Amino acid sequence: MNDAFGKPQSLILLGGTSDIALAFAERLVADRCRTVVLAGRDRTGMEAAARHLLADGATSVPIVDADATDVASAAQVVDDAFKAAEGDVDVLVVAVGLLGHQSADERDPGRVAEVTTVNYTWPAATLARAAERFAEQGHGRILVLSSVAGVRVRRANYVYGASKAGLDGYALGLSEALRGSGVALQVIRPGFVHSKMTEGLDAAPFATTPDVVADAMVGALTSNAQVVWVPGALRFVFGVLRNVPQAAWRRLPG
Amino acid sequence: MAEPLAPEETGAPGPFGSGGRTLLAGWGRTSPSYATVVEPDGVDALEAALGAPTTNVIARGLGRSYGDAAQCAGGLVIETAALAGISDVEAETGLVTVGGGVSLDDLIASTLPHGWFVPVTPGTRQVSIGGALAADIHGKNHHRDSSFATHVRRFSLATPTGTVEVSPASDPELFWATAGGMGLTGVVTEATLSLLPVETSWMSVDTERFDDLDGVMAAMESGDDGYRYSVAWVDCMTRGARLGRGVLTRGEHATAKELPAAKAGSALTAPGSPRLKIPRPAPPGLLNRASIAAFNEAWFRRAPRHRMGELHPLASFFHPLDGVSDWNLLYGPRGFVQYQFAVAASESETVRRAIEALSAARVPSFLAVLKRFGPGDPGPLSFPMAGWTLALDLPVGPSALPGVLDHLDEMVAAAGGRVYLAKDARLRPELLGAMYPRLGEFEATAARVDPDGVLASDLSRRLGIGAATNHAKEHV
Repeated sequence: MNDAFGKPQSLILLGGTSDIALAFAERLVADRCRTVVLAGRDRTGMEAAARHLLADGATSVPIVDADATDVASAAQVVDDAFKAAEGDVDVLVVAVGLLGHQSADERDPGRVAEVTTVNYTWPAATLARAAERFAEQGHGRILVLSSVAGVRVRRANYVYGASKAGLDGYALGLSEALRGSGVALQVIRPGFVHSKMTEGLDAAPFATTPDVVADAMVGALTSNAQVVWVPGALRFVFGVLRNVPQAAWRRLPG
Repeated sequence: MAEPLAPEETGAPGPFGSGGRTLLAGWGRTSPSYATVVEPDGVDALEAALGAPTTNVIARGLGRSYGDAAQCAGGLVIETAALAGISDVEAETGLVTVGGGVSLDDLIASTLPHGWFVPVTPGTRQVSIGGALAADIHGKNHHRDSSFATHVRRFSLATPTGTVEVSPASDPELFWATAGGMGLTGVVTEATLSLLPVETSWMSVDTERFDDLDGVMAAMESGDDGYRYSVAWVDCMTRGARLGRGVLTRGEHATAKELPAAKAGSALTAPGSPRLKIPRPAPPGLLNRASIAAFNEAWFRRAPRHRMGELHPLASFFHPLDGVSDWNLLYGPRGFVQYQFAVAASESETVRRAIEALSAARVPSFLAVLKRFGPGDPGPLSFPMAGWTLALDLPVGPSALPGVLDHLDEMVAAAGGRVYLAKDARLRPELLGAMYPRLGEFEATAARVDPDGVLASDLSRRLGIGAATNHAKEHV
């Protein structure tokens, strides 16, 4: 259960080796979060993360195997994660994602399907199940890691961007559907994040770090904001960019 | 016998919507959650609701617990208003039998005109008998008269395994587990308690003002034994030499002889209804550092330096805030937490350090209530313990507040003290066992009447009360 200050005691990370998700978990464990369920594909990576979180003060860090390319597994992964939490789940973070390689992926239908599945189809299916579980529980909060890449999709990364656009729209719709259930869903929209996922890429303007995104997520726990931009200035930047004529948008660098 | 409540009658949830659920919060309004609410029209319907539960269940009286004790996210909340009825008071013994949903307000209104007062009252009359027992409430007379359960002779308790009749002699474990057990042993449907005979509805009050905490505490240590009622209001926002300045009020029920002729006509009058009502939550920040400091200053200045034997109406002495209904809305949309701890008499330094920590963090705090407790009763989760208790009202908002309170918890636990579960909304669960070392004993008794761990509240889920039992059961 959350306490009076909105501080969670238990957490599920879908995407259990995500830099952002783990930075968020570290912050909660430093406070009063004692249970962190890690769900993901990289068991070695999750075991290392679990050791780290246990050393920081978590008392239970179960690991659940999850493969975001296997759409049929989505509901089961959520159920397994709730079971592993052994009690109330206060927060669930959806942080699975695959950036891909636009230039190689765009002409490969298999790769397009994979990026779309990992970034959109599988997360959407898990969210459907998670919403059900949280509504049953009568309380809880879901944080969905979206991206500004989905706010207005660009030529340069439309395979990834469109999948995030799909997730973002789905999450906003679900957030509305959850109103009045005691369950909150918030969309986190970071700009370019320096992380494992973007290693070796040129940073975009307003680039940020997993720590900054994690701080914004902690801030979201005590806010009613449906969308959290990181950094916050991107909200205004995209307020403009969303409305730039396509001809000009096409010529923007990046 | 009423039919058991089927899910469709209680309003099964829709796909994601609240589907017949109600948003419930404690008096501090900090952690609302949705639950299905039922109000059984009598003991039979209550037993039916408890007998075939598909989810967690907890009772809710008048919702005056500050935190999350009387709510249960996604579960069933049983409101007890229909558990009514007040018997005649036995003239010889002062014993009265009262329904679990009856408020102290109703009980006082019914018995005070006949010269009987409740043996223990908290700062409000708006608590139910069941809630008073479940929190084992205390009042300004704890140093002399102990807490509520001490005055209860027997009660009927509806549990998931049936309704049982409980007295300190018939089942001491269950009696004392229920006293302070926060509703986790069952629903009190009826209780018999002994009332206090009084000659008037007036209090004879002595008031003294002190410029620092040492003065207040020394006066309480030396003089409390001479009074049935004693409490001090302490200012936690002053610093330095004026740290913890306070106003000590102590009193006795006025005798008929003490009343002047002009008041003789109102010698035994029940308190009236609230005169003011707060219609909606105030804007955030109405109660801030400046406004609260100004209030504290005015309160301190208006108190006489030393005045003896002043006659006060009983309601203004015991229940000053009952004059304004829904006063909790003044704290705005984010609500407030009440923090109350107790430490042994030898730990007065912990009280000072707590006030210093709050003052140093510059979190706004309304006049804190300082009191000396007498010995605790046998309840394993009952809060009072011989020594000092300090209670603070703190608006949610200042970013330093959660950390300061965590720090106070550790100080209190290290001093062998505890926080009051009826007010808690934010204790770090791992400190619960240190504060209530007999937690395991409580859980074993609760498991006897509730083997499936059906009785649960947001409080018990947050703090993990009964979790060990429940987990053990799952693994069988």
